[in-house]
Formats: sequence, C-alpha cells, structure tokens
Amino acid sequence: MNNELGAPLLEMRHISKDFFGNEVLSDITFSLERGEILGLVGENGAGKSTLMKILFGMDEIHQTGGYGGSVHIDGNEVDFTSPIDALASGIGMVHQEFSLLPDSTATENILLNREPLKHTLVSELFGERMNTLDRESMEKIAQGAIDKLGVPLDGRMLVSEMPVGYKQFTEIARELSKEATTEMEEGLRLLVLDEPTAVLSEQEAESLLKAMRTLSSEGIAIIFISHRLQEIIDVCDTIMVMRDGRIIKTVPSKGVKVTDIAHWMVGRQVDAAKRNTRTFNYEDSEVVLSIRNLWVDMPGETVRNVSLDVHDGEILGIGGMAGQGKLGIPNGVMGLFPSGGQVVFRGETLPLNQPRALLDAGIAFVSEDRRGVGLLLDESLEWNITFTAMQVQNKFLKRHLNGLVSFRDQQAIEEETRKYVQQLEIRCVSTRQNARELSGGNQQKVCLAKAFAVHPKLLFVSEPTRGIDIGAKSLVLDALRRYNQESGTTIVMISSELEELRSVCDRIAIINDGKVFGILPATSDSAKFGLMMVGQEVQEP
Amino acid sequence: MNTTRILTKVRQMVRSFGLPRIIIALFLLSLFILAPFFGVNVATSLSDTLNRFGMNAVLVLAMVPMIHSGCGLNFGLPLGIISGLLGATISLQVDVAGPASFWLAILFATPFALVLGWGYGQLLNRVKGGEMMIATYVGFSSVAFMSIMWLLLPFDNPKMVWGYAGSGLRTTISTEGYYLHVLNDFLKIRIGDHFVFPTGMILFFTVLAFATWAFLHTKTGTAMTAVGSNPVFARASGIDVDRIRTLSVMLSTWFGAVGILVYQQSFGFIQLYMGPFYMALPAVSAILIGGASVNKASILNVIIGTFLFQGILTMTPSVMNAMIQTDMSEVIRIVASNGMILYALTRKTEAVR
Repeated sequence: MNNELGAPLLEMRHISKDFFGNEVLSDITFSLERGEILGLVGENGAGKSTLMKILFGMDEIHQTGGYGGSVHIDGNEVDFTSPIDALASGIGMVHQEFSLLPDSTATENILLNREPLKHTLVSELFGERMNTLDRESMEKIAQGAIDKLGVPLDGRMLVSEMPVGYKQFTEIARELSKEATTEMEEGLRLLVLDEPTAVLSEQEAESLLKAMRTLSSEGIAIIFISHRLQEIIDVCDTIMVMRDGRIIKTVPSKGVKVTDIAHWMVGRQVDAAKRNTRTFNYEDSEVVLSIRNLWVDMPGETVRNVSLDVHDGEILGIGGMAGQGKLGIPNGVMGLFPSGGQVVFRGETLPLNQPRALLDAGIAFVSEDRRGVGLLLDESLEWNITFTAMQVQNKFLKRHLNGLVSFRDQQAIEEETRKYVQQLEIRCVSTRQNARELSGGNQQKVCLAKAFAVHPKLLFVSEPTRGIDIGAKSLVLDALRRYNQESGTTIVMISSELEELRSVCDRIAIINDGKVFGILPATSDSAKFGLMMVGQEVQEP
Repeated sequence: MNTTRILTKVRQMVRSFGLPRIIIALFLLSLFILAPFFGVNVATSLSDTLNRFGMNAVLVLAMVPMIHSGCGLNFGLPLGIISGLLGATISLQVDVAGPASFWLAILFATPFALVLGWGYGQLLNRVKGGEMMIATYVGFSSVAFMSIMWLLLPFDNPKMVWGYAGSGLRTTISTEGYYLHVLNDFLKIRIGDHFVFPTGMILFFTVLAFATWAFLHTKTGTAMTAVGSNPVFARASGIDVDRIRTLSVMLSTWFGAVGILVYQQSFGFIQLYMGPFYMALPAVSAILIGGASVNKASILNVIIGTFLFQGILTMTPSVMNAMIQTDMSEVIRIVASNGMILYALTRKTEAVR
C-alpha cells in the first residue's frame, strides 16, 4: 500500500447523512491516529451509531441512499460496501448487546468459524469439511488475545456461567484474535466499543479501561462510545461531543470536567451529580421496614444473609459490585425470586414469595429489568401505568348495575396517564402508544409512573438509570427525589453507580458477598465506599 | 398532493386490515360474482354462508380466552366439545322434548366443561411454553378415551343407542324432536324463496361475543390480557398467573361445549366417537385468518375470520362443482378447507419479546 506519509489512521471528512430528508448527520470531520483513544459522547439520537454504521458500511446506510463526504484510511479513500470489508481492513466492533453462544466456552466463542483446523485421514478422503478442530492452537490463540487484554479470563469457561463483564471481554478478545488468523492483512488496527461498560460494575469497567490502555499502547486505535463520562475522561486522549448530528466539541481530555461534557452534550445546564444538600436525620424517624436474615435465590445475585432497617421518609441507597447480591434484595422481598427470612413493614410481618401481599401493604417496585418485568411492551402506556393500581387497589374501574360488574374506566385511565406523561415529560405520540416504541429513558419513566400510580408508602427502585442517556437520567433522579419530598414516600434505591447514589440518597448500604458490609451517610468520602465495595474494612482515623 | 394523501390513507387501511384478509375477501367476493354464471343461486349461497357462520362462530370464540391469557391457540378444543356432547346426550337421556332440551344440554354440559377445563388448565400450567403441542394431544387422547366411554356409559334412550345391541351410543344421533333448529328458527327472516336469515343463532352468538368483550373489559379480563402479554409483569403486579390461566382455559372449554351444541342444533346431528377429532383445526384457522396472533385476539378477529373461512368453504365447492360439471364437491371441500388451514397456520405469528 502506498501510504501517504504521516496520514492519520482514520479520517472522516464532511460526513453527512439523511434518512428520507431527515438530516441526522451534517459535516462531521475528524481524524484518528494510531493508538489514539477517542471518546465519542452524545445523547441518545445524537447520531453516534449512524456515524459508526457509515464507517462499517452497513447495509442500512446503502439502502437509504448512502452518505455524503468521504472516509479515508491511511490517507486512501475507502467505501466499504459491507462490514466484512471493514473487518478485512482491520476495523473491529464490539456491540452493546452480546452475540455469543452461551453453551460454548470462551475459546470456542473467540474463534468461532475461524478455528485452526487439523487434517485427518477422514478429511483427506472427504474434503475440508471433515477437518477437526485444533484445540491446542485454538487455546493458544485465544489465550494470546485474552492476555493482550490483561484480564483473568479462563478460556475454558462457559459463556453461560460468566458474569457480564467476562462476556464483554470475550467479545473484545474475539476482535483481537482476528489478527492471529489469516484473513486480516494487518491485524486489528481500530476497535469500536459501543457502550461496553453500560452493563458492567465499576470494578469490571475499571479492568476494561485498563485493557483499553494496554491495547492503545500497542498501537490499536479505539473509538469508545459511553454514557459514563468519568470513564471517558479517564481513558480517552480526545473527546468528541456530538449533538443533533453535529460535532459540538473536540477537545483533548486533559483537564476536562464531567460537568463540561454534560453541558456540551445536552446544551443546557445539567447537574446530574448535584449533591443532595438536605440532612435527613433518620435516627429521629421510626423504622418502617425491617429486614432480618433475608436470603434470596436469584441467579447471579444471590443474597445470603441481609439484615437492614429502613427509616420512614428516607432515601436509602444500596450499592455494591455486580453479582454481590444488591439486586437480589428488592427482587426477593417483592417475591419475584424464591426467598426466606423475615420482613416486617410497619409492625406487620409480611409473607414472602407473594408479590400481592407486598403490594397490598403499600410497597412498590421498579424493576431493573424494564423490558422483562417492568413493562407490557405490546400494550399502551395507559395500560402500563394504570394496570398495577387497577389490579391491586381497584382504581380506574367504573361500577355498573349497582356494582354487579365493573369495567375499565377509560376516561380515568387516560387522565391518570396524561398526568404522568406531563409530570415526568414522557415523550410519546399519544397515551395509546405501545410501550415498545418508546426509548429506554421514556420506558423507565413509564415504569416510575406505574409505581407512583399505586401511591406506595415504600418504593424499591432498582437501577433506575441503567442504559438511559444523561438528560433522562437527571429527570428520573429528580422525579424520585421530588416524589420522596412531596409525598413522604420512603425510597430504597439500588444502583451500581455510586455517584448517583451519593447524589440522591441519605444513607448508602454496601452489599458484599450477599451480606450488608456496612452503611455510611451519603456525605462520606467516596473512597470509603470504594473500599467497602471491594470488601475492605474502612479504617476510621 | 391530495392523491398522495388518499394513497397513504388507503395504504394505512390496507395495513391495518391486513393484505391476506383483503385477498381472501376479494376471492370470496369473486366467487359470489361468478356463481350466477354457473347456475349457482347467490341467495342460497349467502344463506348457507350465514348459516355456517352461525354454526361455527361460537367454536371460534372458544379460542379467545386462552389466546388472551397466553395459553396459545386452543388445540384442545375437542375437550370442550366432549363436554358439550356429554351435555347433549344426558339431555336426550332425560328426554325433554323441544327447545327446553337445548338449554338443558347447556346446563348439563357446564359442570363437565368446568371440571375438565380446570384439569386441562392445571396441565397447561405445568407445560408453559409448550401449551399448543400438549393441547393437541389432550384433544386426541380425550377423543380416544371417550370413544370407549360412549359404548360403556349406561344410556338407554332408544333414539340414541344401537338398535341391534340395545346398548352403546350410535355414531350419529339425530336432534330431531329435541333441539333441531331451535336457534335457527327463532325469529328467522325469510326473504324470497332461497334466503333465510338465522336470527336466533346469530343473536345467540352476538350475546356470547358481547359477554366476552365485556368480560375482557373487567378487572379480571384486563388481568387476563396482561398475563398473555407479559406473565412476569403480571406476577410483579400481584396477579396469580396460574389462576388466571386456569380461568381462561375453563372459559374456553365452556365455549367449546356451548359451541358444539349450537352447531348440532343447526346441523341436526350429534356426532360422537371421532366427531370432535376434526373440530379444532378449522376453528384455529378461522381465528388466524381473522387476524389474530398466538397471544392477541379480538372479537372482530373472530367475526371476520369465521365469515371468510366459512364463506370460502361454502362457495368454493359449489362454484367449482358447477364449473367443472362433475360431482366433486366433497373433494373440493376437503382441498379448500385443508388448504385454508395450512395457509392459516403459516400465518401464525408470535409477539416478540
């Protein structure tokens, strides 16, 4: 190849793209050097994924009329017609959703369809298809890729038994291993990571970031898309902020503050991490919920022995690493997974494993699994928001024939839904729209509205901001805080983002190995929480 | 500008009604248009179509509760039909003549439908995800079991038992003198020589359809739809999912029982033994052609589907027969009905999760 001397690895010039006259990208120009880590940030819908699709030559782009501008690699203009072309010139991508075979090992997944083969007698006779896998060299190649990442991943582990973080590493190792197999000319040179840390715990994310730095030091350039701004600042050399299809800012990451990026992203002042300045004296208020010796059999989030007191009116945070059991607590108490122990709410012992009993007592739950547990995806917003209240508290029903039968009260349902659509700024076409059609952030707001509609005395909120963009995030957190203040509802919030807990909660309990490791006021130093998360006693000075 | 707006509107309407349904409806319409040219009387055909619609509509309605609760298509319809048959034979055994026998048959069938439906529901609750396969075999095995029972049960009304043995029920029993045409003839409207509108039968279906629609608007009905839409969501909202599913299966089974009684009063015969065996597939096909999916169905789907399915089934043999001038109507009927079933089953769609 006749490389232009000093030409950057990747250069995108004046890229523009419209979908049927609707402009989604305009005049995007940037370049990327070897080994550079570029952080790409922007709200959902800012055009990040479209830009990456153009880079990869996805069908979607060609079918909708191509794009404007040009893409250059090593100074030569390229126009990939399919992702396979992109892969062949050393560009790899790791998607937000995993594409792994759960019943195969890490090694098998890493080298799927690119396995080194052994010739045997049978294959000599019947052709290439009868070759057997060369397990030894497979393991060597896979291990090589894993070592490059610098993570303790065992190649023989089954994907189905892995924590989320390891699955992510497997995906990245697969991209890395492509240089070891022959189809790529020069090995992997550019890696695109689309929100790889969204599903990871802080610890896992940290080791991923470390792996990224290792890769970059070996000359592999990385485009890193993430909603976690601190990570972007920590790991990237350059930060590129997109908004409404334009590049708003391209700056070196040195000295940039989270608030700056957030500001550029949304174009309005956002204080996502604004400290909750109130001092809530929880000791003065009575214990409203008391959990004793709770165990929960939730796969991947086992709770072993949790005892916890929740005071009336407070916002209690529950944090901890992924897999330590923090998510098991609300799921177990609410009866969604088999559990045992004692739960006393307002002096009344509640039966476990019966969701209805908890709802009747006035406890509501916003699940971390929005699409699986939280929503009726194929029903209207009206149904989603009012269903629980209707079933549990007989609201939104109209009696007919002297109470002989009662039907859904469409008018009341619509009013209630409209109220929450307004209050929580749910962006939808109408209240009859199906929940499936909303974006993640708006779906989360619907989940909150569903819980608010039963007017709970205590509300469990699990991972309320997982996978939603920063604008929606602060709206959701504000709504929770406001709800707590206005109606005095006690809130127990479970989150893997410590900063988020610290900004909203009064106290934070850290769960480690299925037990409560410790509880500190939210104003405590974040380093202390960090120590507790990894299971170390905090040394009081 | 104006034409494009009309075009998009038309396109929207086509999409909401569904292209396959439009094609089938156009085909049916063309059969009606062709009919007079081959000497087939349109009035008679129309009358037949309406009659068949009334006969089958309640059986198709029996699909709705189970689809709503996520139990899938009711391939176990024969179980409901068997309850209906038990009600019918007991009613004849009691030997009350006239219309009263019809209402007695429903009364006798109800406890069987509820008990069998409850058991069927318990079974389906244990095989979540594989309901339709299990339901098919529930239908098959119950038919086989009842084939033995029809011989052994101590019925002795001479109109029902084998003449030469004096015991064991016949394969077909006439409803004449009991409830033959009780609904068909109720307030029937005769227009011209060839057209009869079976008011009573259509009215009976309308009442049941309205009751179903109303039920789906109650609290329990809402819960049923939610269970079918997302059972985990329903459980998290405090719904006893298994209880709702059992209720839906009981309802479906009861509709099956009543449906076969409506069918018999119009058809004129009670068909025992292998009779129920072939009843599930046409009903399943009708609701699929009506636009239902495996976990979404409406009363409108029932009405449109039954009308199209039975319309094609009535018209194709008579028109084709007249066209090719030989008596092949039975063959054509089988080809058309199984073709429709095959087509409908390929249209089976499941909601994505």
